Order: sequence, then structure tokens, then C-alpha cells
Amino acid sequence: MLVIHCPYCGPRPEPEFAHGGQAHIARPHDPANTTDEELLQFLYLRENPRGLFRERWRHARGCGRFFNAIRDTNTDFFVTTYKVGERPALPGGAQ
Amino acid sequence: MSNLTRRSPRIEAQSWLEPLPAKTRLSFRGGPDAIAAASHGFGVNLSTDACRAASANDRAALWLGPDEYLLLAPESDAAAVRTTLAEALGEIPHSIVDISHRHAAFVVKGPQAEWLLGGGCPLDLDLAAFPVGMCTRTVYMKSEIYLWRTAADAFHIETWRSFTPYVVDHLIDAARECGG
Repeated sequence: MLVIHCPYCGPRPEPEFAHGGQAHIARPHDPANTTDEELLQFLYLRENPRGLFRERWRHARGCGRFFNAIRDTNTDFFVTTYKVGERPALPGGAQ
Repeated sequence: MSNLTRRSPRIEAQSWLEPLPAKTRLSFRGGPDAIAAASHGFGVNLSTDACRAASANDRAALWLGPDEYLLLAPESDAAAVRTTLAEALGEIPHSIVDISHRHAAFVVKGPQAEWLLGGGCPLDLDLAAFPVGMCTRTVYMKSEIYLWRTAADAFHIETWRSFTPYVVDHLIDAARECGG
């Protein structure tokens, strides 16, 4: 069973977690004056990389908190998990 | 309305299973200031360490999240607990929701307790990984449970009341395997 490190509770089994899609998607500050293209990007378009990916996860059956994770979509390996508001560099130093 | 009686899930006691009486349960949420004030008002020092429970004088506070606790007290203390908490918290932003009737509670105990729970709970329940005093929300089979280790061989479990037969039946099933 996959063990995921919750930034609040520590290592916990995968059935306690819920996946929340791509992380670090900022809501437009002024939605009324946002172009259709920008709204389309914000609402619907998501990355789907093969390799390292920043994702939102929620410890739904534990502390209930959202957090972010860097996961390798090839291998399902979690490089790291971190609290909302943080942004650790990817392995190799890329942001 | 007087002929309406509150139905509670019936849990048959077993050598390893002890149903617990009705309790006052409060879901408490708040920041550091509110946590300190609630500790004072409730009479139990709310743990700020992750997944740790604290108890004193028949009352207990279970850490569920960085700003979320489950407060347990005897059923007869309901009014007193709410009054003292309201006095201690005053204007500090917080949330208290009475969820007394949402849960049913029981204790799984004895030398097989760890093994019985291991049948449906994916956590590492070894004493080194899940020491006495540790508490958490987790899953048992497909049901959410609150798990609190009160002794090396005893676990206090809270389930949503409609899920209680599901959890208890799975435990009984596991107990059959070890002759319970």
C-alpha cells in the first residue's frame, strides 16, 4: 500500500487520502474583467505531464487538511509533500 | 412527541468489545488563542501535538487536525461544558458544534485488540507506531472511524451511528478467526 506523508500527521496509508488535481492554480483576482481565454485556462485546462507533477491532496479521512505534493506520474513515487503556501523546488532546482 | 424514544445502535458486549454509554461530544475548531482558552474552559489541556489525546476528570480532548478537536464529556455535563467553554472563549473566533448524537462509541480491548482492528484499518497499530494516547480519524474497512488508544491493549472507537453495525459486524467477523 502506498504510504503518503501528511505534512500534519506524518506517514499514513493511501486510503485516507483524496486526490485534488493540479496544485498552484490561482483564482483570477478580478474575474469580471478576465478574458474568456484566461477563464478557460483557469477553469478547464490542466497540465498532464509524464514525470514530476505538483498536485493537491487532501487527508480526507485523517486531519482533513489540504496539502500539496510532488509526485512522479511515471512511478507513483512521492518526492515530497508540503503545506499550502509553500513551494519547494523540484529535484534539480527547477521551480 | 413524548412517545418518541431515541434509537441507538445496539452493540452486544463481547469479551473483547465493550459498548460505551451516551456522551456529550463537541466538535471544536479554532486558532491557537481559541485552543488555549478552550483548554482553560474545558479543564483539559488540548494537545497541540499531532494525533494526541488528553484527558482529565472523565473528559477528553482528541486532536483531529491542526485546528480541530473532538471534546468528550459525560452526557450529564452537556450544559456545564457549553457554559464554561462559552465563558472562557468569549469573543475569540471559534466554532463549537454539538455532535453528541452523531456517534456511537465502544472499546475494543484485550490481547487481540490490535489484531482485530488490523483486519480493517490500514494504519500501523504496533505500540511503537501507535502509542498509548495517540488518536486519529482513520478508516475501518470503508467506514470512517475515530481511533484512540487508551491502553496498550484497549482502543476507544467512535463511529457515525449509522455505520456502527457495519464496523461492529466486521470486527465480530474478524474475532471469529481468532476464536473470540
